[in-house]
Amino acid sequence: MTPLLEVRGAAKRFGGVQALGGVDLRIDRGEVHGLIGPNGAGKTTFFNVLTGLYPPDAGEFHLDGQPYRPGSVHEVTAAGIARTFQNIRLFAEMTALENVMVGRHVRTRCGVLAALTRNVAFRTEEAQIRERAQALLEHVGIGHLAPFKARTLSYGDQRRLEIARALATEPKLLALDEPAAGMNATEKRVLRQLIETIRADGCTVLLIEHDVKLVMGLCDRVTVLDYGLRIAHGTPQEVQRDPAVITAYLGAPPQEMTT
Amino acid sequence: MNVSSILSSSFAVRAGQRGHWMLLAGLALLLMLVPFGIVPFGEGWVRILALALLYVLLALGLNIVVGFAGLLDLGYVAFYAVGAYMTAWLSSPHLSEHLPAVMALWPNGLHVPIWLIVPLAAAVAALAGIVLGAPTLKLRGDYLAIVTLGFGEIIRVFMNNLEQPLNLTNGPRGISQIDPVRLGPLDFSQPLTLGSFSIPSVVLYYELFLLMGVGAILIGHRLEFSRIGRAWMAIREDEIAARAMGLNTRNLKLLAFAMGASFGGVAGALFGAFQGFVSPESFSLMESVMIVAMVVLGGIGHLPGVVLGALLLAALPEVLRYVAADLRVHTGGRLDAAILRQLLIALAMIGIMLWRPRGLWPSPERARAAPEEMTP
Repeated sequence: MTPLLEVRGAAKRFGGVQALGGVDLRIDRGEVHGLIGPNGAGKTTFFNVLTGLYPPDAGEFHLDGQPYRPGSVHEVTAAGIARTFQNIRLFAEMTALENVMVGRHVRTRCGVLAALTRNVAFRTEEAQIRERAQALLEHVGIGHLAPFKARTLSYGDQRRLEIARALATEPKLLALDEPAAGMNATEKRVLRQLIETIRADGCTVLLIEHDVKLVMGLCDRVTVLDYGLRIAHGTPQEVQRDPAVITAYLGAPPQEMTT
Repeated sequence: MNVSSILSSSFAVRAGQRGHWMLLAGLALLLMLVPFGIVPFGEGWVRILALALLYVLLALGLNIVVGFAGLLDLGYVAFYAVGAYMTAWLSSPHLSEHLPAVMALWPNGLHVPIWLIVPLAAAVAALAGIVLGAPTLKLRGDYLAIVTLGFGEIIRVFMNNLEQPLNLTNGPRGISQIDPVRLGPLDFSQPLTLGSFSIPSVVLYYELFLLMGVGAILIGHRLEFSRIGRAWMAIREDEIAARAMGLNTRNLKLLAFAMGASFGGVAGALFGAFQGFVSPESFSLMESVMIVAMVVLGGIGHLPGVVLGALLLAALPEVLRYVAADLRVHTGGRLDAAILRQLLIALAMIGIMLWRPRGLWPSPERARAAPEEMTP
């Protein structure tokens, strides 16, 4: 079976800094894949290259067997990769429902003329957009917050709204950039359940996360980056025992192994 | 909330909207009758109202660019100028008098009917909007404002100087003898006589501009609550997140510039026919600033607020003109009316921004505050 996402030799340089020095990544269908590494390892850069925010200097990118060029963000989203942001980026002055409705944009087509005439196609599509957006809000557990402006939602709810908005684009791959950052234990537990539900629905998930417990408990496979290079990959158990990973995190050869 | 309750609530919304529309229709009817009540006090007042309605059109257009898409445009008056000069060229003897080629073809001058000029002006202004938008796509905020400001000035300077070697604009002297609006047998420059009842010319213009204003509100409203309108607002709120949602921000911004500019073009075309004369001094930077002020003072992005802002700021200087003239007489000419007027407008603006920073009639806070977390 072809992998859902295959990246070979992704490279990115900012001036004199080689942020990514040829990273390989392979994500299989239906898995939750973790991307971890110490601070400054290049995780977010890799994420931004993958989703088209930064054009890569080199690398081959295949999504679902098709090559794609991560040159423009909206084309990557249309191809089937949706993302959330490390520092939440919602449309603050729009309601929760409208935020998710924007996510439907890429899968709908009515333009200005349809909007001005309010023809049947427009009304049907608009009703579908609204219904789908509401269903997605229910799905992530914040259906009751639909009419409220995004900026008034609590932190955990804003994270969930961002996930609902990303899911609205019908992604093949959902890429989450540190979704648990700043969450308390309860919120993390709810988030974990949510990601498991998303996987059960058949969506593949790429997860950047600092919370090792969450990554080890949730991910099927893990890729570890350090200094812009992939230093290890495999199941959480394999990666945890990898000497290169331990060196990267602790900075010295281990005297004894702890997890 | 299950599907049936969503459906029933959306029906409730529809019924509410119907009541809303009835109210608006009543309001429009009332506005149609307003000039008849004012005419006895002088047609000059109706003229002020008619011009205010043109400013409503302009403010609604700029609201698409600034209010919906969040692109600060300080050169919006350029599109107004494009529309006005379209009328001037296409329905005055000017081109025939100065261009032999046009003279040969149309010896009596071009007299293109207004119903053709208006869509044409909208299209040309939309094109100008795209021309302005294309090089500024990567700019935001202050930087965009400066470039658009420059664009507005470029258009004005062109209008001021395009009399050599071909006299296209007649320079600062402007173009006169522009045809009035004629629709079929109806000539807007003559009073319309219905039996013993006579409707003055300026009232006819008022009614026409009112109709256009209502149309502009309808267009603005329909755009606001559509896929395109939501996409514009998403760009306004966070451009990077909007792109990550698959929005083609380049095309959407160009669309906003074009749509907004077309309103300016229509307003300009009507203005040219209404005045019968256009000159570059009508399209100064101050006009752009005033239109932005109308949008911001009224309530940025909120249609009723924008209309209110346009009406107030367009009518206020004229009303103050009368007040200031009285003051001038009372002070024995020591207070100059024009300066006093400027001062009062400035004070009014500062007052509004201090006490109502989001505008006189801002968009309602649909979300006052989200309730406390309900799930454990």
